[in-house]
Amino acid sequence: MVRNEWVCGEFLTSRAEQLTEALVQHVWLTVVSVLLGLAVAFPLALLARRHARVEWAVVGTTTALYTVPSLALFALLLPFTGLTATTVVTGLVLYSLTILVRNILEGLKAVPADVVEAARGMGYGGTRLLLSVELPLAVPSIMAGLRVATVSTVALTTVGAIIDYGGLGNLLFEAVNTQFKPQVLTASVLCVALALAFDLLLVGTQRVLTPWARTRGA
Amino acid sequence: MLDVFQGVVAWFQDPAHWQGEEGVWNRLSEHLLLTATATVLAVLLGLPLALWLGHVGRGGLLAVNISNVGRAVPTFAVLLLLSIGPVGAGDLGPYGRAGLATLLSLVLFALPPIITNAYVGMREVDRDTVEAARGMGMRGGQLLRRVELPLALPLILAGVRLAVVQVWATATIAALVAGPGLGRIITLGFRRQDLPEVVSGALVVAVFALLLEGLMVLAQRLLDPVARARRTPASRAGSVR
Repeated sequence: MVRNEWVCGEFLTSRAEQLTEALVQHVWLTVVSVLLGLAVAFPLALLARRHARVEWAVVGTTTALYTVPSLALFALLLPFTGLTATTVVTGLVLYSLTILVRNILEGLKAVPADVVEAARGMGYGGTRLLLSVELPLAVPSIMAGLRVATVSTVALTTVGAIIDYGGLGNLLFEAVNTQFKPQVLTASVLCVALALAFDLLLVGTQRVLTPWARTRGA
Repeated sequence: MLDVFQGVVAWFQDPAHWQGEEGVWNRLSEHLLLTATATVLAVLLGLPLALWLGHVGRGGLLAVNISNVGRAVPTFAVLLLLSIGPVGAGDLGPYGRAGLATLLSLVLFALPPIITNAYVGMREVDRDTVEAARGMGMRGGQLLRRVELPLALPLILAGVRLAVVQVWATATIAALVAGPGLGRIITLGFRRQDLPEVVSGALVVAVFALLLEGLMVLAQRLLDPVARARRTPASRAGSVR
């Protein structure tokens, strides 16, 4: 290890295990955070839709949270959750809420009133109306939010390295001291590639979920 | 838990934590100086470009997608790539260690929201209004200055506000590569394994971020000519306040 070039094939083979480990951690931190974020954002958006005051409080709080830098947010969670993955996941969930709640709300609000009326006339009510009419129509807005939230989460996860749960960020943090260039470049490239892969996956999912949007262009 | 809380209170009461190079005031002024410089540079670079692109209606794909790219690239990675790369981690006057690398990445992360918002703002100016202005004989620069720019200003200002928040957060991450700014209090606490110090530093960063955002919202409201024009006649029309 005398040379310190940006690209180093030997690094890729000799540290393959460490790279895979970091990548796997990055993937599960992102997936768990976004799924939890979605699970929390849905009830919040539904509540906010019913009560204007809840909407004001939820949108206001999540927007304010978004302005808090990630390093500070993770550090503020430490007294509650300690040096665990929970700290990073909680922080990432909080950030994802800002985008997810807003897009779910917008999507539901944009469902045409006529459609809702027609469904009601056909005897649809409550949960069935929401699940089989409103949500499918809100899919484009929700998926747009999900894409932004996922891509940002991939990038933000790296900061989790400060408490050793940063996925590829851990490799970056290690390189602050070693100054080992191939490690920094590999981790950075993998991180951007991961964000891109997630984004493509979500675009694909959206195409499957909204078959009507596909035929429109043809 | 309770002792962390007590530790935080004690940390803030200790005057030693406020003064000197490692103190809150010095770190805060570094952070503010970085944020101000980077925002001004990004506005000077990005705004003319975006306004021109929006005015002539070209390069939309680039202007809109640059924000998506910006989101996917981790701040930490860019800071590290720059500081161990050709830019280096040397001191830069009042900007401190790794000053140039930090400043460069701040500008890079401030550009996407500025460019995207300004471009979208320019394109969303009502085409009929633009046509009417042309019909009245307005040309190029005049049209841009007197019609498009004022109408696009709300979105332009929103972009600058987003950029400031982004820059503030990025300047915090600079501490991870031993750069300047308030984040250093947090990373120093980590190195000393001093939880109250970590939490105190985080509180300082968070509180100032919220304050800055509040100030920016206020400034946006004062500067926005459309909102102002809408407010003025209404208040003249006889509200008692």
